[in-house]
Amino acid sequence: MGRAVAVIGTGQTKHGRRPDVSYPDMVREVIMVALEDAGITLKDVDGVVHGTMPSMMEGVSSTHLYFAEAIGAVGKPIMKVETCGSTGQSIAHCGFFWVASGMADIVLVVGSEKMNEGDSQATMTTVFDPYFQRVFAAGAPGTFTMQCMEWMYRFKIPEDKGREAAAMVSVSNHDNAMDNPYAHIRMKVTMDDVKNSRIVTYPVRLLDVCPSSDGACAVIFASEEKAKKICKKPAWIKGVGFRGEESFFGESDKSIWPSATEAAQEAYRQAGIKDPLKELDVAEIYNPFTYQEMIFCECFGFCPRGEAPDYVLKGTFKKGGELPCCPSGGTLCTNPIGATGLIRLAETVLQVTGKAGARQVEGAKIALSHAMGGVDQFNGVTIVSSNL
Amino acid sequence: MAKEEYRIIEAEAVVPYELALGGTVSNFFDYLKEEKIMGKRCRKCSRVLVPPRSFCPRCFEEMDEWVEVGQEGVVETWVYINMPFYGQVIKVPYVSAQIRLDGSDSGLTHLIAGFDLTNVNKVREIVKLGGRVKAVWSKEKKGNILDIAYFEPVK
Repeated sequence: MGRAVAVIGTGQTKHGRRPDVSYPDMVREVIMVALEDAGITLKDVDGVVHGTMPSMMEGVSSTHLYFAEAIGAVGKPIMKVETCGSTGQSIAHCGFFWVASGMADIVLVVGSEKMNEGDSQATMTTVFDPYFQRVFAAGAPGTFTMQCMEWMYRFKIPEDKGREAAAMVSVSNHDNAMDNPYAHIRMKVTMDDVKNSRIVTYPVRLLDVCPSSDGACAVIFASEEKAKKICKKPAWIKGVGFRGEESFFGESDKSIWPSATEAAQEAYRQAGIKDPLKELDVAEIYNPFTYQEMIFCECFGFCPRGEAPDYVLKGTFKKGGELPCCPSGGTLCTNPIGATGLIRLAETVLQVTGKAGARQVEGAKIALSHAMGGVDQFNGVTIVSSNL
Repeated sequence: MAKEEYRIIEAEAVVPYELALGGTVSNFFDYLKEEKIMGKRCRKCSRVLVPPRSFCPRCFEEMDEWVEVGQEGVVETWVYINMPFYGQVIKVPYVSAQIRLDGSDSGLTHLIAGFDLTNVNKVREIVKLGGRVKAVWSKEKKGNILDIAYFEPVK
Protein backbone atom coordinates (compact mmCIF):
# COMPACT_ATOMS: atom_id res chain seq x y z
CA MET A 1 0.00 0.00 0.00
CA GLY A 2 2.98 2.41 0.29
CA ARG A 3 2.63 5.37 2.66
CA ALA A 4 -0.70 6.10 4.38
CA VAL A 5 -2.74 8.60 2.37
CA ALA A 6 -5.64 10.81 3.45
CA VAL A 7 -8.20 12.98 1.72
CA ILE A 8 -8.03 16.42 3.36
CA GLY A 9 -10.51 18.35 1.23
CA THR A 10 -13.19 18.01 -1.43
CA GLY A 11 -15.14 20.37 -3.66
CA GLN A 12 -18.05 20.14 -6.06
CA THR A 13 -19.67 22.62 -8.42
CA LYS A 14 -23.40 23.01 -8.63
CA HIS A 15 -24.01 20.32 -11.25
CA GLY A 16 -26.51 20.57 -14.07
CA ARG A 17 -26.74 22.75 -17.16
CA ARG A 18 -24.02 25.37 -16.81
CA PRO A 19 -24.20 27.75 -19.80
CA ASP A 20 -23.44 30.51 -17.29
CA VAL A 21 -19.72 29.63 -17.19
CA SER A 22 -17.01 28.69 -19.68
CA TYR A 23 -15.37 25.30 -19.11
CA PRO A 24 -12.14 26.79 -17.61
CA ASP A 25 -14.15 29.03 -15.28
CA MET A 26 -16.27 26.06 -14.13
CA VAL A 27 -13.10 24.12 -13.31
CA ARG A 28 -11.51 27.01 -11.40
CA GLU A 29 -14.74 27.30 -9.41
CA VAL A 30 -14.29 23.77 -8.03
CA ILE A 31 -10.57 24.20 -7.30
CA MET A 32 -11.36 27.24 -5.12
CA VAL A 33 -13.97 25.26 -3.16
CA ALA A 34 -11.61 22.29 -2.55
CA LEU A 35 -8.66 24.49 -1.51
CA GLU A 36 -10.87 26.35 0.94
CA ASP A 37 -12.27 23.09 2.31
CA ALA A 38 -8.73 21.77 2.91
CA GLY A 39 -7.50 25.12 4.26
CA ILE A 40 -4.51 25.24 1.91
CA THR A 41 -3.41 27.35 -1.07
CA LEU A 42 -2.12 26.33 -4.50
CA LYS A 43 1.44 26.88 -3.19
CA ASP A 44 1.00 23.79 -0.99
CA VAL A 45 0.09 21.55 -3.96
CA ASP A 46 2.93 19.39 -5.38
CA GLY A 47 1.13 18.07 -8.45
CA VAL A 48 -2.20 18.01 -10.32
CA VAL A 49 -4.09 15.08 -11.86
CA HIS A 50 -6.97 15.73 -14.26
CA GLY A 51 -9.43 13.51 -16.09
CA THR A 52 -12.40 13.66 -18.47
CA MET A 53 -14.26 11.65 -21.06
CA PRO A 54 -12.94 11.64 -24.68
CA SER A 55 -11.99 15.18 -25.74
CA MET A 56 -14.66 15.27 -28.46
CA MET A 57 -17.30 15.44 -25.70
CA GLU A 58 -16.46 19.15 -25.49
CA GLY A 59 -14.75 19.70 -28.85
CA VAL A 60 -11.38 20.83 -27.45
CA SER A 61 -8.45 18.42 -27.63
CA SER A 62 -6.55 17.75 -24.40
CA THR A 63 -8.80 19.92 -22.27
CA HIS A 64 -6.39 19.65 -19.34
CA LEU A 65 -3.87 21.71 -21.33
CA TYR A 66 -6.42 24.30 -22.44
CA PHE A 67 -7.32 24.99 -18.84
CA ALA A 68 -4.02 24.08 -17.18
CA GLU A 69 -4.04 27.44 -15.43
CA ALA A 70 -7.61 26.94 -14.18
CA ILE A 71 -6.68 23.65 -12.50
CA GLY A 72 -3.70 25.33 -10.85
CA ALA A 73 -1.10 23.42 -12.83
CA VAL A 74 1.11 26.34 -13.89
CA GLY A 75 4.62 25.63 -12.58
CA LYS A 76 3.65 22.13 -11.40
CA PRO A 77 3.70 18.58 -12.77
CA ILE A 78 0.42 17.64 -14.49
CA MET A 79 -1.02 14.23 -15.34
CA LYS A 80 -4.05 13.34 -17.43
CA VAL A 81 -5.79 10.02 -16.91
CA GLU A 82 -8.74 8.93 -19.04
CA THR A 83 -10.72 5.68 -18.69
CA CYS A 84 -14.15 6.84 -19.87
CA GLY A 85 -16.79 6.61 -17.12
CA SER A 86 -14.31 5.19 -14.61
CA THR A 87 -12.04 8.23 -15.07
CA GLY A 88 -13.07 9.66 -11.68
CA GLN A 89 -11.83 6.58 -9.83
CA SER A 90 -8.72 6.32 -12.04
CA ILE A 91 -7.63 9.89 -11.25
CA ALA A 92 -8.31 9.32 -7.54
CA HIS A 93 -6.15 6.20 -7.63
CA CYS A 94 -3.45 8.17 -9.49
CA GLY A 95 -3.46 10.85 -6.76
CA PHE A 96 -3.32 8.13 -4.12
CA PHE A 97 -0.39 6.35 -5.85
CA TRP A 98 1.51 9.64 -6.21
CA VAL A 99 1.32 10.43 -2.49
CA ALA A 100 1.67 6.79 -1.35
CA SER A 101 4.89 6.50 -3.38
CA GLY A 102 6.47 9.34 -1.41
CA MET A 103 7.09 11.41 -4.57
CA ALA A 104 4.55 14.06 -3.53
CA ASP A 105 3.01 15.18 -0.24
CA ILE A 106 -0.11 16.97 -1.49
CA VAL A 107 -1.82 16.21 -4.81
CA LEU A 108 -4.85 17.94 -6.27
CA VAL A 109 -7.14 15.66 -8.31
CA VAL A 110 -9.76 17.18 -10.63
CA GLY A 111 -12.45 15.57 -12.75
CA SER A 112 -14.74 17.58 -15.02
CA GLU A 113 -17.19 17.43 -17.90
CA LYS A 114 -19.47 19.72 -19.85
CA MET A 115 -21.78 17.17 -21.39
CA ASN A 116 -24.29 19.68 -22.68
CA GLU A 117 -21.89 21.38 -25.10
CA GLY A 118 -21.63 18.52 -27.62
CA ASP A 119 -23.50 15.32 -28.47
CA SER A 120 -22.72 12.90 -25.64
CA GLN A 121 -24.26 9.72 -27.15
CA ALA A 122 -22.50 10.35 -30.48
CA THR A 123 -19.22 10.81 -28.59
CA MET A 124 -19.73 7.64 -26.57
CA THR A 125 -20.50 5.64 -29.70
CA THR A 126 -16.95 6.40 -30.92
CA VAL A 127 -15.64 4.51 -27.88
CA PHE A 128 -16.67 1.29 -29.68
CA ASP A 129 -14.18 -0.40 -32.04
CA PRO A 130 -14.58 0.93 -35.60
CA TYR A 131 -14.60 -2.46 -37.40
CA PHE A 132 -17.28 -4.59 -35.80
CA GLN A 133 -19.36 -2.96 -33.09
CA ARG A 134 -19.66 0.76 -33.74
CA VAL A 135 -22.32 0.72 -36.47
CA PHE A 136 -24.69 -1.18 -34.16
CA ALA A 137 -23.89 0.74 -30.98
CA ALA A 138 -26.17 3.34 -29.44
CA GLY A 139 -24.04 5.04 -26.82
CA ALA A 140 -24.51 4.10 -23.19
CA PRO A 141 -28.20 3.06 -23.30
CA GLY A 142 -27.60 0.39 -25.96
CA THR A 143 -24.81 -1.30 -24.01
CA PHE A 144 -26.26 -1.03 -20.53
CA THR A 145 -29.66 -2.28 -21.62
CA MET A 146 -28.12 -5.36 -23.26
CA GLN A 147 -26.29 -6.00 -20.00
CA CYS A 148 -29.40 -5.76 -17.84
CA MET A 149 -31.35 -8.06 -20.19
CA GLU A 150 -28.50 -10.61 -20.08
CA TRP A 151 -28.43 -10.43 -16.25
CA MET A 152 -32.19 -10.93 -15.82
CA TYR A 153 -32.19 -13.83 -18.28
CA ARG A 154 -29.16 -15.51 -16.68
CA PHE A 155 -30.61 -15.43 -13.15
CA LYS A 156 -34.22 -16.04 -14.25
CA ILE A 157 -35.37 -12.77 -12.70
CA PRO A 158 -39.00 -12.32 -13.78
CA GLU A 159 -39.39 -9.18 -15.87
CA ASP A 160 -42.05 -7.74 -13.54
CA LYS A 161 -39.85 -8.21 -10.50
CA GLY A 162 -36.85 -6.62 -12.21
CA ARG A 163 -39.08 -3.72 -13.28
CA GLU A 164 -40.47 -3.23 -9.75
CA ALA A 165 -37.01 -3.29 -8.14
CA ALA A 166 -35.51 -0.94 -10.75
CA ALA A 167 -38.38 1.50 -10.14
CA MET A 168 -37.62 1.37 -6.42
CA VAL A 169 -33.93 2.11 -7.12
CA SER A 170 -35.04 5.17 -9.09
CA VAL A 171 -37.45 6.39 -6.38
CA SER A 172 -34.79 5.89 -3.69
CA ASN A 173 -32.08 7.77 -5.62
CA HIS A 174 -34.45 10.64 -6.48
CA ASP A 175 -35.55 10.87 -2.83
CA ASN A 176 -31.90 11.01 -1.79
CA ALA A 177 -31.03 13.71 -4.33
CA MET A 178 -33.56 15.99 -2.62
CA ASP A 179 -31.10 16.08 0.31
CA ASN A 180 -28.11 16.92 -1.91
CA PRO A 181 -27.65 20.61 -2.79
CA TYR A 182 -25.16 19.71 -5.57
CA ALA A 183 -27.46 17.25 -7.39
CA HIS A 184 -28.57 17.98 -10.97
CA ILE A 185 -32.04 16.38 -10.88
CA ARG A 186 -33.92 17.20 -7.70
CA MET A 187 -37.50 16.04 -7.95
CA LYS A 188 -39.72 13.51 -6.19
CA VAL A 189 -40.81 10.59 -8.34
CA THR A 190 -43.22 7.75 -7.60
CA MET A 191 -43.06 4.09 -8.61
CA ASP A 192 -45.79 4.77 -11.19
CA ASP A 193 -43.89 7.79 -12.57
CA VAL A 194 -40.89 5.54 -13.26
CA LYS A 195 -42.92 2.65 -14.70
CA ASN A 196 -44.91 4.96 -16.97
CA SER A 197 -42.02 7.15 -18.15
CA ARG A 198 -40.98 7.10 -21.82
CA ILE A 199 -39.10 4.02 -23.09
CA VAL A 200 -35.47 4.86 -23.91
CA THR A 201 -34.21 1.37 -24.81
CA TYR A 202 -36.74 -1.26 -23.67
CA PRO A 203 -37.13 -2.17 -20.78
CA VAL A 204 -35.17 0.91 -19.67
CA ARG A 205 -37.30 4.04 -19.28
CA LEU A 206 -36.43 7.70 -18.93
CA LEU A 207 -36.50 7.66 -15.11
CA ASP A 208 -34.16 4.63 -15.11
CA VAL A 209 -31.49 6.78 -16.78
CA CYS A 210 -29.11 9.52 -15.57
CA PRO A 211 -29.14 13.06 -17.01
CA SER A 212 -26.32 14.67 -19.04
CA SER A 213 -24.70 17.07 -16.59
CA ASP A 214 -22.06 19.79 -16.57
CA GLY A 215 -19.94 19.82 -13.45
CA ALA A 216 -16.61 19.29 -11.76
CA CYS A 217 -15.21 17.75 -8.61
CA ALA A 218 -11.84 18.19 -6.88
CA VAL A 219 -10.29 16.05 -4.14
CA ILE A 220 -7.04 16.80 -2.30
CA PHE A 221 -4.81 13.90 -1.21
CA ALA A 222 -2.11 14.26 1.46
CA SER A 223 0.54 12.23 3.23
CA GLU A 224 -0.06 11.17 6.84
CA GLU A 225 2.34 13.82 8.16
CA LYS A 226 0.72 16.67 6.19
CA ALA A 227 -2.82 15.44 6.83
CA LYS A 228 -2.32 15.34 10.59
CA LYS A 229 -0.84 18.85 10.51
CA ILE A 230 -3.47 20.45 8.23
CA CYS A 231 -6.73 18.59 8.72
CA LYS A 232 -8.81 18.01 11.86
CA LYS A 233 -10.75 15.09 10.41
CA PRO A 234 -9.18 13.45 7.36
CA ALA A 235 -10.59 10.41 5.57
CA TRP A 236 -8.07 7.62 5.07
CA ILE A 237 -7.71 5.54 1.91
CA LYS A 238 -7.89 1.90 3.01
CA GLY A 239 -8.05 0.09 -0.30
CA VAL A 240 -8.13 0.66 -4.07
CA GLY A 241 -9.01 -1.81 -6.80
CA PHE A 242 -9.18 -1.38 -10.57
CA ARG A 243 -9.71 -4.00 -13.29
CA GLY A 244 -10.30 -3.99 -17.04
CA GLU A 245 -11.65 -6.49 -19.52
CA GLU A 246 -11.94 -7.00 -23.29
CA SER A 247 -13.26 -4.24 -25.55
CA PHE A 248 -15.67 -6.55 -27.39
CA PHE A 249 -18.88 -6.66 -25.35
CA GLY A 250 -19.58 -10.31 -26.23
CA GLU A 251 -16.24 -11.68 -25.00
CA SER A 252 -16.90 -11.59 -21.26
CA ASP A 253 -19.90 -12.41 -19.10
CA LYS A 254 -21.47 -9.07 -18.23
CA SER A 255 -24.14 -10.65 -15.99
CA ILE A 256 -21.44 -11.44 -13.42
CA TRP A 257 -19.09 -8.67 -14.64
CA PRO A 258 -15.57 -9.92 -13.79
CA SER A 259 -13.91 -6.47 -13.71
CA ALA A 260 -16.44 -5.09 -11.19
CA THR A 261 -16.22 -8.19 -9.01
CA GLU A 262 -12.42 -8.33 -9.02
CA ALA A 263 -11.91 -4.58 -8.48
CA ALA A 264 -14.04 -4.81 -5.30
CA GLN A 265 -12.26 -7.97 -4.12
CA GLU A 266 -8.89 -6.26 -4.54
CA ALA A 267 -10.03 -3.20 -2.55
CA TYR A 268 -11.57 -5.43 0.17
CA ARG A 269 -8.35 -7.44 0.44
CA GLN A 270 -6.32 -4.27 1.05
CA ALA A 271 -8.88 -2.89 3.52
CA GLY A 272 -9.30 -6.23 5.32
CA ILE A 273 -13.03 -6.40 4.58
CA LYS A 274 -14.55 -9.90 4.68
CA ASP A 275 -18.31 -9.25 4.82
CA PRO A 276 -19.03 -6.02 2.93
CA LEU A 277 -22.77 -5.92 3.72
CA LYS A 278 -22.02 -5.93 7.46
CA GLU A 279 -18.74 -4.02 7.52
CA LEU A 280 -19.48 -1.14 5.12
CA ASP A 281 -21.65 1.72 6.42
CA VAL A 282 -22.43 3.34 3.07
CA ALA A 283 -21.74 2.81 -0.64
CA GLU A 284 -21.63 5.30 -3.50
CA ILE A 285 -22.09 3.15 -6.61
CA TYR A 286 -21.75 4.46 -10.15
CA ASN A 287 -25.35 3.87 -11.24
CA PRO A 288 -26.19 5.68 -14.50
CA PHE A 289 -28.93 3.07 -14.98
CA THR A 290 -31.18 1.66 -12.25
CA TYR A 291 -30.77 -1.98 -13.30
CA GLN A 292 -27.00 -1.61 -13.19
CA GLU A 293 -27.03 -0.58 -9.53
CA MET A 294 -28.44 -4.04 -8.79
CA ILE A 295 -25.77 -5.82 -10.85
CA PHE A 296 -23.10 -3.89 -8.94
CA CYS A 297 -24.61 -4.80 -5.55
CA GLU A 298 -24.12 -8.45 -6.55
CA CYS A 299 -20.60 -7.93 -7.93
CA PHE A 300 -19.57 -6.14 -4.73
CA GLY A 301 -20.82 -9.02 -2.57
CA PHE A 302 -23.66 -7.08 -0.93
CA CYS A 303 -26.02 -9.97 -1.77
CA PRO A 304 -25.93 -13.32 -3.65
CA ARG A 305 -26.01 -13.34 -7.47
CA GLY A 306 -29.49 -12.87 -8.88
CA GLU A 307 -30.96 -11.71 -5.56
CA ALA A 308 -30.36 -7.94 -5.74
CA PRO A 309 -34.02 -7.27 -6.67
CA ASP A 310 -35.14 -9.05 -3.45
CA TYR A 311 -32.72 -7.00 -1.36
CA VAL A 312 -33.81 -3.77 -3.06
CA LEU A 313 -37.49 -4.58 -2.52
CA LYS A 314 -36.96 -5.26 1.18
CA GLY A 315 -35.15 -1.91 1.55
CA THR A 316 -31.59 -3.10 2.33
CA PHE A 317 -29.99 -0.36 0.23
CA LYS A 318 -32.37 2.50 1.04
CA LYS A 319 -31.62 5.32 3.43
CA GLY A 320 -32.02 3.76 6.88
CA GLY A 321 -31.46 0.26 5.45
CA GLU A 322 -28.63 -2.09 6.36
CA LEU A 323 -26.27 -0.66 3.70
CA PRO A 324 -27.50 2.66 2.25
CA CYS A 325 -26.47 3.00 -1.42
CA CYS A 326 -26.05 6.41 -3.01
CA PRO A 327 -27.39 8.73 -0.28
CA SER A 328 -26.27 11.55 -2.64
CA GLY A 329 -28.86 10.52 -5.23
CA GLY A 330 -26.06 8.87 -7.16
CA THR A 331 -25.02 9.03 -10.78
CA LEU A 332 -28.69 8.49 -11.61
CA CYS A 333 -29.43 12.11 -10.62
CA THR A 334 -26.07 13.75 -11.53
CA ASN A 335 -23.63 12.65 -14.24
CA PRO A 336 -20.86 14.99 -15.45
CA ILE A 337 -18.98 11.85 -16.49
CA GLY A 338 -15.31 12.80 -16.03
CA ALA A 339 -16.18 14.08 -12.54
CA THR A 340 -18.71 11.42 -11.59
CA GLY A 341 -16.40 8.71 -10.22
CA LEU A 342 -14.57 11.37 -8.18
CA ILE A 343 -17.90 12.71 -6.86
CA ARG A 344 -18.60 9.17 -5.61
CA LEU A 345 -15.31 9.26 -3.66
CA ALA A 346 -15.93 12.84 -2.40
CA GLU A 347 -19.38 11.81 -1.15
CA THR A 348 -17.94 8.87 0.82
CA VAL A 349 -15.30 11.22 2.29
CA LEU A 350 -18.10 13.56 3.43
CA GLN A 351 -19.92 10.56 4.93
CA VAL A 352 -17.01 9.17 7.00
CA THR A 353 -16.01 12.65 8.20
CA GLY A 354 -19.57 13.52 9.25
CA LYS A 355 -19.83 16.42 6.76
CA ALA A 356 -22.62 15.10 4.51
CA GLY A 357 -25.34 17.41 5.84
CA ALA A 358 -28.91 16.28 5.22
CA ARG A 359 -27.69 13.18 3.38
CA GLN A 360 -25.48 12.02 6.27
CA VAL A 361 -25.73 8.33 7.15
CA GLU A 362 -25.63 8.39 10.96
CA GLY A 363 -22.30 7.22 12.36
CA ALA A 364 -20.75 6.21 8.99
CA LYS A 365 -17.12 5.19 9.45
CA ILE A 366 -16.21 3.08 6.42
CA ALA A 367 -17.49 3.49 2.88
CA LEU A 368 -17.11 2.22 -0.67
CA SER A 369 -17.05 4.38 -3.80
CA HIS A 370 -16.99 3.13 -7.37
CA ALA A 371 -17.05 3.98 -11.06
CA MET A 372 -17.24 2.04 -14.32
CA GLY A 373 -16.31 2.93 -17.87
CA GLY A 374 -15.68 1.92 -21.48
CA VAL A 375 -17.89 -0.56 -23.31
CA ASP A 376 -18.80 -2.15 -19.95
CA GLN A 377 -15.09 -2.60 -19.64
CA PHE A 378 -13.46 -0.96 -16.60
CA ASN A 379 -14.31 -0.82 -12.92
CA GLY A 380 -12.61 1.04 -10.06
CA VAL A 381 -13.35 0.86 -6.33
CA THR A 382 -12.01 2.87 -3.37
CA ILE A 383 -12.57 2.23 0.34
CA VAL A 384 -12.27 5.17 2.78
CA SER A 385 -12.41 5.14 6.56
CA SER A 386 -12.50 7.67 9.39
CA ASN A 387 -9.71 5.63 11.05
CA LEU A 388 -6.09 5.49 9.93
CA MET B 1 -25.09 37.60 -16.61
CA ALA B 2 -28.84 37.27 -16.85
CA LYS B 3 -30.05 33.97 -18.28
CA GLU B 4 -31.08 35.35 -21.66
CA GLU B 5 -27.55 36.75 -22.09
CA TYR B 6 -25.69 33.41 -21.97
CA ARG B 7 -23.70 33.36 -25.19
CA ILE B 8 -22.06 30.57 -27.15
CA ILE B 9 -19.70 30.11 -30.07
CA GLU B 10 -20.60 27.40 -32.57
CA ALA B 11 -17.75 24.99 -33.26
CA GLU B 12 -17.28 21.81 -35.25
CA ALA B 13 -14.50 19.27 -35.60
CA VAL B 14 -14.83 16.98 -38.64
CA VAL B 15 -11.76 14.87 -39.31
CA PRO B 16 -11.62 12.07 -41.92
CA TYR B 17 -9.67 8.91 -41.00
CA GLU B 18 -8.28 5.87 -42.80
CA LEU B 19 -8.09 3.16 -40.14
CA ALA B 20 -5.92 0.12 -40.97
CA LEU B 21 -7.76 -3.20 -40.63
CA GLY B 22 -4.70 -5.42 -40.26
CA GLY B 23 -4.50 -9.02 -41.51
CA THR B 24 -7.05 -10.78 -39.29
CA VAL B 25 -9.89 -8.30 -39.83
CA SER B 26 -9.13 -8.07 -43.59
CA ASN B 27 -9.30 -11.85 -43.91
CA PHE B 28 -12.54 -12.03 -41.89
CA PHE B 29 -14.18 -9.52 -44.26
CA ASP B 30 -12.84 -11.44 -47.30
CA TYR B 31 -14.49 -14.61 -45.93
CA LEU B 32 -17.76 -12.68 -45.48
CA LYS B 33 -17.67 -11.94 -49.22
CA GLU B 34 -17.74 -15.73 -49.72
CA GLU B 35 -20.65 -15.96 -47.24
CA LYS B 36 -18.48 -17.72 -44.66
CA ILE B 37 -18.29 -16.66 -41.02
CA MET B 38 -14.85 -17.48 -39.67
CA GLY B 39 -13.48 -17.28 -36.14
CA LYS B 40 -10.06 -17.88 -34.70
CA ARG B 41 -9.15 -20.49 -32.11
CA CYS B 42 -6.61 -19.91 -29.35
CA ARG B 43 -4.17 -22.84 -29.15
CA LYS B 44 -3.75 -22.25 -25.44
CA CYS B 45 -7.31 -21.81 -24.07
CA SER B 46 -9.09 -23.37 -27.09
CA ARG B 47 -11.70 -20.61 -27.22
CA VAL B 48 -13.06 -19.71 -30.67
CA LEU B 49 -13.64 -15.97 -30.96
CA VAL B 50 -15.95 -14.29 -33.49
CA PRO B 51 -15.08 -11.57 -34.44
CA PRO B 52 -11.64 -13.12 -34.80
CA ARG B 53 -8.63 -11.76 -32.98
CA SER B 54 -4.99 -11.67 -34.06
CA PHE B 55 -4.14 -12.56 -30.45
CA CYS B 56 -6.07 -14.00 -27.53
CA PRO B 57 -7.06 -11.19 -25.12
CA ARG B 58 -6.71 -13.50 -22.11
CA CYS B 59 -3.68 -15.65 -23.02
CA PHE B 60 -1.90 -12.94 -25.04
CA GLU B 61 -0.91 -15.70 -27.50
CA GLU B 62 -1.08 -15.29 -31.27
CA MET B 63 -4.25 -16.77 -32.78
CA ASP B 64 -3.45 -18.30 -36.16
CA GLU B 65 -6.01 -21.11 -36.55
CA TRP B 66 -9.08 -20.16 -38.60
CA VAL B 67 -12.30 -22.06 -37.81
CA GLU B 68 -15.58 -21.77 -39.72
CA VAL B 69 -18.51 -21.30 -37.34
CA GLY B 70 -22.24 -21.76 -37.91
CA GLN B 71 -24.46 -19.19 -39.60
CA GLU B 72 -27.02 -19.82 -36.90
CA GLY B 73 -26.73 -19.03 -33.22
CA VAL B 74 -28.39 -18.11 -29.96
CA VAL B 75 -29.47 -14.62 -28.85
CA GLU B 76 -27.52 -13.89 -25.64
CA THR B 77 -29.03 -10.44 -25.22
CA TRP B 78 -30.62 -7.73 -27.33
CA VAL B 79 -31.76 -4.12 -27.22
CA TYR B 80 -34.45 -2.18 -29.07
CA ILE B 81 -32.99 1.15 -30.14
CA ASN B 82 -35.32 3.99 -30.99
CA MET B 83 -33.00 6.81 -30.00
CA PRO B 84 -31.49 8.97 -32.73
CA PHE B 85 -28.09 10.65 -32.36
CA TYR B 86 -25.54 12.46 -34.52
CA GLY B 87 -23.62 10.17 -36.86
CA GLN B 88 -25.89 7.12 -36.35
CA VAL B 89 -25.41 4.61 -39.20
CA ILE B 90 -28.52 2.40 -38.88
CA LYS B 91 -31.94 4.01 -39.20
CA VAL B 92 -34.07 3.75 -36.01
CA PRO B 93 -35.85 1.73 -34.79
CA TYR B 94 -33.51 -1.27 -34.85
CA VAL B 95 -32.56 -4.26 -32.71
CA SER B 96 -28.91 -4.75 -31.75
CA ALA B 97 -28.00 -8.11 -30.24
CA GLN B 98 -25.22 -10.35 -29.01
CA ILE B 99 -25.36 -13.57 -31.00
CA ARG B 100 -23.38 -16.66 -30.03
CA LEU B 101 -22.91 -18.52 -33.31
CA ASP B 102 -22.78 -22.32 -33.19
CA GLY B 103 -19.16 -23.30 -32.55
CA SER B 104 -18.14 -19.89 -31.17
CA ASP B 105 -17.25 -18.97 -27.59
CA SER B 106 -18.10 -15.26 -27.79
CA GLY B 107 -21.03 -13.04 -28.70
CA LEU B 108 -21.06 -11.27 -32.07
CA THR B 109 -22.72 -7.84 -32.10
CA HIS B 110 -25.18 -7.53 -34.99
CA LEU B 111 -28.76 -6.67 -35.98
CA ILE B 112 -31.88 -8.79 -35.66
CA ALA B 113 -34.34 -7.77 -38.38
CA GLY B 114 -36.46 -8.99 -41.28
CA PHE B 115 -39.84 -8.10 -39.73
CA ASP B 116 -41.83 -5.01 -38.74
CA LEU B 117 -39.80 -3.15 -36.11
CA THR B 118 -42.09 -0.20 -35.44
CA ASN B 119 -43.78 -1.55 -32.29
CA VAL B 120 -41.57 -2.67 -29.41
CA ASN B 121 -44.26 -4.94 -27.94
CA LYS B 122 -44.63 -6.82 -31.23
CA VAL B 123 -40.83 -7.04 -31.51
CA ARG B 124 -40.71 -8.63 -28.04
CA GLU B 125 -43.00 -11.41 -29.26
CA ILE B 126 -40.55 -12.20 -32.07
CA VAL B 127 -37.09 -11.62 -30.54
CA LYS B 128 -36.44 -13.95 -27.61
CA LEU B 129 -33.52 -14.27 -25.21
CA GLY B 130 -32.07 -17.70 -25.87
CA GLY B 131 -33.90 -17.85 -29.20
CA ARG B 132 -32.20 -18.97 -32.41
CA VAL B 133 -31.36 -16.67 -35.31
CA LYS B 134 -29.60 -17.11 -38.65
CA ALA B 135 -27.54 -14.86 -40.90
CA VAL B 136 -29.13 -13.13 -43.90
CA TRP B 137 -26.52 -12.00 -46.43
CA SER B 138 -26.38 -8.69 -48.28
CA LYS B 139 -26.57 -9.19 -52.05
CA GLU B 140 -23.82 -6.68 -52.68
CA LYS B 141 -20.67 -7.32 -50.60
CA LYS B 142 -18.53 -4.37 -49.56
CA GLY B 143 -16.02 -6.13 -47.34
CA ASN B 144 -17.39 -4.93 -44.01
CA ILE B 145 -19.54 -6.21 -41.16
CA LEU B 146 -22.74 -5.24 -43.01
CA ASP B 147 -22.03 -7.94 -45.64
CA ILE B 148 -24.16 -9.88 -43.18
CA ALA B 149 -27.32 -7.77 -43.64
CA TYR B 150 -28.83 -8.94 -40.35
CA PHE B 151 -29.85 -12.04 -38.43
CA GLU B 152 -33.44 -13.27 -38.61
CA PRO B 153 -35.29 -15.44 -36.09
CA VAL B 154 -35.37 -19.14 -37.01
CA LYS B 155 -38.99 -20.26 -37.21
